[in-house]
Amino acid sequence: MQYLVNVIHHRSNDGTAEEGVAIDAFNDRLRAGGHWVFAAGLADPAVSTVVDGRGDEPVFTDGPFVETKEWAAGFWIIEAPDLDVALALVAEGSKACNRRLEIRPFL
Amino acid sequence: MVASLAKRFGNLGTAEDAAAEAFTTAAERWPAAGVPPNPGAWLTTTAARKAIDQIRREHKRDGKHEEAQRMYGAPPEPPGAIDDDRLRLIFTCCHPALAIEARVALTLRMVGGLSVPEIARAFLVQDTAMGARITRAKAKIAAARIPYRVPSAADLPGRVSGVLAVLFLIFNEGYFASGPGTAPVREDLTGEAIRLARLLRELLPGDGEVTGMLALMLLTDARRAARVSTARELVPLDEQDRGLWSTALIAEGHALVRERLASGLAPGRYQLLAAINAVHTDGDATDWTQVVALYDHLLRLDGSPVVRLNRAIAVGERDGPQAGLALVDDLGPHLSGYHAYHAARADLLRRLNRADEARDAYDAAIALAGNTAEIAFLTRRRDAT
Repeated sequence: MQYLVNVIHHRSNDGTAEEGVAIDAFNDRLRAGGHWVFAAGLADPAVSTVVDGRGDEPVFTDGPFVETKEWAAGFWIIEAPDLDVALALVAEGSKACNRRLEIRPFL
Repeated sequence: MVASLAKRFGNLGTAEDAAAEAFTTAAERWPAAGVPPNPGAWLTTTAARKAIDQIRREHKRDGKHEEAQRMYGAPPEPPGAIDDDRLRLIFTCCHPALAIEARVALTLRMVGGLSVPEIARAFLVQDTAMGARITRAKAKIAAARIPYRVPSAADLPGRVSGVLAVLFLIFNEGYFASGPGTAPVREDLTGEAIRLARLLRELLPGDGEVTGMLALMLLTDARRAARVSTARELVPLDEQDRGLWSTALIAEGHALVRERLASGLAPGRYQLLAAINAVHTDGDATDWTQVVALYDHLLRLDGSPVVRLNRAIAVGERDGPQAGLALVDDLGPHLSGYHAYHAARADLLRRLNRADEARDAYDAAIALAGNTAEIAFLTRRRDAT
C-alpha cells in the first residue's frame, strides 16, 4: 500500500539547516525500513503555471490556481502495510521537518 | 456475527452485506419452512456462504484467484476467537484517523448492531446525515487501509478513550432505549456493553477510566429491575424498590470504585460518574451533598450543558426546587431540544406548585422523548399535575 504525504506549509521562510539534517535522518530510516518510495521538495506556488489542454489550443496561465493560506511545500511517497504503520512513520516525519503533514492513500 | 465475518473475510462491507442477506433469507424462509433447530448457527453459516459468493463474484472480476482460494480454504474459527474479533472490530471502528462522531456511529452500527435511526437519535441528528457519516467512515477504513487488529501496547492507552465513549453510548442506548419500536430497556445492549467493558478491563487492568466505566455500568445496571414498573413506566430513583436492586452488581461496582480511590490517582470522567452512582446505591437514600460535590468535580473536566443539567437536578434535591430551577433555566438556550431538560424543568415546576408551567414543560418533554417508559411516566405525571 502506498501513501502520499504532503508537507503542509504556511510560512514564507524556507526550512532551516537543522530541519534539513533531521529530514535526511528520517529519510535514511524510511529507506532502512523499506518504506521509501520517493520524496521531493517543491518550489513556491508563485512560480507555478496552470495548463488547460482540454480545448483546441492549450492555455497556459501564470500563478497558482487558487490563493490559499496553506500549500504543499514537498511530499513523500511511502510504502506501508496499513495506516497504523504509516501514521507512526508520518508522526516521525512531521517532527523531522517541523511541519504538519497530510497523508492520503493511493487508489 | 458481523465481527467474525469481518475477521474471516477482512472486509467490513462484505461482512455487513452478508449478514443482512442472511437475515433477509431467514425472513423469507422461516415463516414457511419453520425456524431451524439452531437459528444462530444457521444465520452464521448462511452469511458466510453469502460472503463467499460475493467474494467469488468480485474475484472473478479481479482475477485474484489465489487470495480467494486461501479464503475458501480457511479453517473455521475456534469458538473463543469471537471475543477477540469483537475487540479488534471495536479498535478498528474507534480508529483515531476517523472523526470521533464517525467512530462512535460505526461501532454502534457494526459492533452494537444498532439501526441507523437509533444511532441518529442518540446523536440528535437526521437519519440521512447519520447514514452518510457511517458510509463515509467505512469507505475511509477500506481506502486508507485502517487495520483490523488490536493496537500495539504503545498505542493502546491512547486509543482507549474513544472506545470508552462508544461503549458508554451503547450502554445508554440499552439502558434508556431511544426508539418507539423497542423495549424501554434493551438488555441485549446493556449486556453487550458490560461484556465489552469487562473484556477491555481484562486487557487494560491498570487504566482507571476503563475500570470506572465498568463500575459505572454495573452500578447503573444494578437498578434495572426496579427502574421500569409492571405498567412499563419509568420509576424515578426515589420511588424505586431498593429490594429489587442487584446486591451482587452493587458490591462489584463499589469494589471497583474503592479500587480507584485506593490508587490515589486523580479520577477521570467515568470514574466520577461511577462514584456518583456509588453514592446513589449506598445506604437507604442518596446523599445529595456528595453527589453535588462530585458533579462540581466533573464540571471541571467537562463543562458541557448536559453535565450542568445533571448537577442542577442534584442541586434541586439538595437545596430545594427553587435553587434547581434557577440553574436549569440558565441552560434553555443550549438544551431546548433535549427531552431531559424539559423533564427536569417539569418536575421542579410541579414541586413548586406551578402547575400550568409544569404541564407545558411535560408536554415539551413528551414531544421530544423517545423512550416508551419515560413517555408513559411523563404522561401520568402531567395528567396528575
